[in-house]
Amino acid sequence: MLKRLRERFSPTDAVMWLIGAAILTLVIWGSTATLSQGRYTSHHWFDFIIFGLAQGSIYALIAMGYTMVYGTLRMINFAHSEVFMSGPYTAYYVAAAFYSSGFLDRQPIISLIIIFIVSMATSTLIAILLERIAYRPLRTAPRLVPLITAIGASFFLQYTFRGLYGSGFQAYPVVKILEGEWMLGEFRILKFQAVVIIAAALLMAALYSFIQRTRMGKAIRAVSEDKETSSLMGINIDRMIVTTFVIGGMAAGAAGVLYAVMFKQVHFFMGFIPGIKAFTAAVLGGIGNIPGAMLGGIFLGLVESVGPSLFLDGLGIAAPYQLKDAIAFIMLVLVLIFRPTGILGERLAIKKA
Amino acid sequence: MRPIWHQALRIGLIGGAAEVLLALIGMIEAFSQRDIISHIISMGHTLLLVVVLFIAYLAAKRTPRPEPLWVLMNSLISGLIVGSILALLVMVGGLINLRKVFINASPLLYKLLTFDQGMKAGISLLLGGGALSGLLAGLLSLAPKPYLRVLILSLGSVVGAGVLQDLLRPTFALWGPIAVMNEWLFTANGLTLHGAIGLFVLIAAFSYFWAQKGNAIRADLKRLPPASQRALRITSLLFLIIILLVLPQILGLFLSEVLTIVGLYVLLGLGLNIVVGFAGLLDLGYVAFFAIGAYTVAVLTSPELGFFNLSFWEALPFAIFMGVLSGVLLGVPVLKMRGDYLAIATLGFGEIIRILVLSDFLRPWLGGAQGIGKIPKASIGGIEFATPQQIYYLILAGCLLVGFIAWRLRDSRLGRAWMAVREDEDVAQAMGINLVSTKLLAFATGAAFSALSGAIFASKLGSVYPHSFNVMISINILCLIIVGGMGSIPGVLVGAFALVGLPELLREFAEYRLFVYGAALVAMMLLRPEGLWPEASRRRELHEGESIETESQPSSESEPH
Repeated sequence: MLKRLRERFSPTDAVMWLIGAAILTLVIWGSTATLSQGRYTSHHWFDFIIFGLAQGSIYALIAMGYTMVYGTLRMINFAHSEVFMSGPYTAYYVAAAFYSSGFLDRQPIISLIIIFIVSMATSTLIAILLERIAYRPLRTAPRLVPLITAIGASFFLQYTFRGLYGSGFQAYPVVKILEGEWMLGEFRILKFQAVVIIAAALLMAALYSFIQRTRMGKAIRAVSEDKETSSLMGINIDRMIVTTFVIGGMAAGAAGVLYAVMFKQVHFFMGFIPGIKAFTAAVLGGIGNIPGAMLGGIFLGLVESVGPSLFLDGLGIAAPYQLKDAIAFIMLVLVLIFRPTGILGERLAIKKA
Repeated sequence: MRPIWHQALRIGLIGGAAEVLLALIGMIEAFSQRDIISHIISMGHTLLLVVVLFIAYLAAKRTPRPEPLWVLMNSLISGLIVGSILALLVMVGGLINLRKVFINASPLLYKLLTFDQGMKAGISLLLGGGALSGLLAGLLSLAPKPYLRVLILSLGSVVGAGVLQDLLRPTFALWGPIAVMNEWLFTANGLTLHGAIGLFVLIAAFSYFWAQKGNAIRADLKRLPPASQRALRITSLLFLIIILLVLPQILGLFLSEVLTIVGLYVLLGLGLNIVVGFAGLLDLGYVAFFAIGAYTVAVLTSPELGFFNLSFWEALPFAIFMGVLSGVLLGVPVLKMRGDYLAIATLGFGEIIRILVLSDFLRPWLGGAQGIGKIPKASIGGIEFATPQQIYYLILAGCLLVGFIAWRLRDSRLGRAWMAVREDEDVAQAMGINLVSTKLLAFATGAAFSALSGAIFASKLGSVYPHSFNVMISINILCLIIVGGMGSIPGVLVGAFALVGLPELLREFAEYRLFVYGAALVAMMLLRPEGLWPEASRRRELHEGESIETESQPSSESEPH
């Protein structure tokens, strides 16, 4: 009996469960303390949640690119954060031109659509070039080699855009129709946040149905399941891999514009943090799993915006907002410990990831 | 069938795009402030020329037919295309103001591109120059290989001397006998013409001699009796040690500072090499241990916080102990993760440490964003390690110690266990290797080295800030061991010099440092993924199926496989 127990629970497992239990206690204790203190009203919580949803849906869109590339190539596309940055940074010049000519105020919808298209096109172009130049020659190389290439490409792209457009922050022009707020019963909701959430939801729905319903989507799923067999079935592997990069690039470009609408500035280094967060989101949801990436992104956004106030305020920790990134990463480590395949489980063939 | 010039067209277009990119990101303009040869050619123009020559050479080499006429035609075409794309940039820039978007498309850039000859003459110069350089590259590609190598080496040294002039001049000035060379070789900006020619001839003569006689000399050395071979080896080792000991005195302040930075990275690299290179555990949060080492020393020694006020040597064991402890603590939860999950979890761990240190929450103990200052220097018997030249010895001692430990560990039972785990975890376990202790020992050893490096770093700087410990450091260390060659101990040294030392030397072009660094990493992975100084086994693995090269490389020792 004791022997069987010992076989089930190794000392390392015990340590892990101890860590998990300690963190869970802290979270519950902190939350009850915060809620009983009543420092935040329901309006505050609503604001946190909406902000978290908006941020999370941007993460979710970026995470699509990570998860799809990981699914087909089994590599962390470290340069995806630069794919994300390149779109809105380029589209900034279009937006600024529209703004100074007054077109942005006269035809806000049309100009927004054009900005979206420019951003998505740029990001897609960068993603395609990346695949063609940096990754395709390394298909068969050991796992670390493409990772280093991706890191190198990431530096290269960051500093290319810095050289092209300058190193300062550029303030995105304000779109007038997106200012102000709507009332939802007694709660007010900032218009641009609502628009970000709706736009991201529509895009994700479109992408999801593309992957699930179309022939091409099916082919992509087949390639990520098993490259060799799908090529025997007559699927052009190279084309499918490029397609995943195109889709990832489009999603990242769109996410970039939403990011610019929300934070109203662009910078050559803006991709780094959202990129890491989005990859975290992809892992949270189960890498290679597309609905998982969406869910992971939204979950991460919510935890980041609600978490600091909810978990930490009650514990009397000063400036809890500074620790939001730490919460996100602790979250990640916990998920990896207790559910290593992510929330929804990974959709990879049973091979070593 | 595709026409013969198809490849040349393609390569030329790529080259043109590269040149336009270099121009638009401002590299040409920034480099033009410096002359390679005074008043004759600037670094900016050298860069333009090098790219054209390389592109045309590539086009010549890729020509499908070997006849010289076709080769020359192809290199001419690609050179002409590069030139005409640049001319196109100048024309477009003359018509519309590109500067609204591309901040570096300045009038000065156009002036440089047209060689200050005005629009019309400049464009014809670009076209003619492109074609001519193309032709030149074609001719070079037809020249016999050994001569080409001599030519590239000697031209490269002239360019290198021009680029590094600001470092070479003060270093020469420290030495009485060669100080006179300065006058002859350098002007205030760039080499003198006779200096450049002299250097070229000297290097060319030497490398030509080596190309002719090098193999014979090497064979002669091999034929010596074992006893004298051994004596030779010991003498050269002694010579090396003496050089290492007097190096900071020879090099002066700035270069010694660079050496100390490289040394710190060597320490970090040796540690990560154990985790990633030996045991195959991809750790992207390695900077955390560096931070833990630095902060432990800072907290224990700094009078600013005033908790303990220990000396550096008293604090050092604690720093290493904390490193080992956190290594094990990180190791336990991630034991069962593999590959990329491990990478992202360790990345998260590194960020958590940085964010905690940065936060106001831990400020009373760790100093928050302001960091901790007034960390005392290390000292032995009244000698303080304060200037870079003194700290160099501290770091050298650390590197030698850690290098020795890493070298002994690699060939030990534990080292072989690590490599078995790296190659295949399941099989290793089936062979009776205890995965838990093996992996934890790898994490702990790596963390200890990193904490040692962090401790020296804290005492060197005299203060620690959370911003010194961001994820870029981890990535940098990972890149340096991969560029050097995974799992190879001399590779760490080579990687640290290439990725940390070289950029440090070219600090004045800091803006383009990471641009070049990124491009170099990509190029390196595409062309030589096994690293600059690889382990023998890894090179074989990466070049599987290719004919086994008998490169006479000073490669690492035999591998326990």
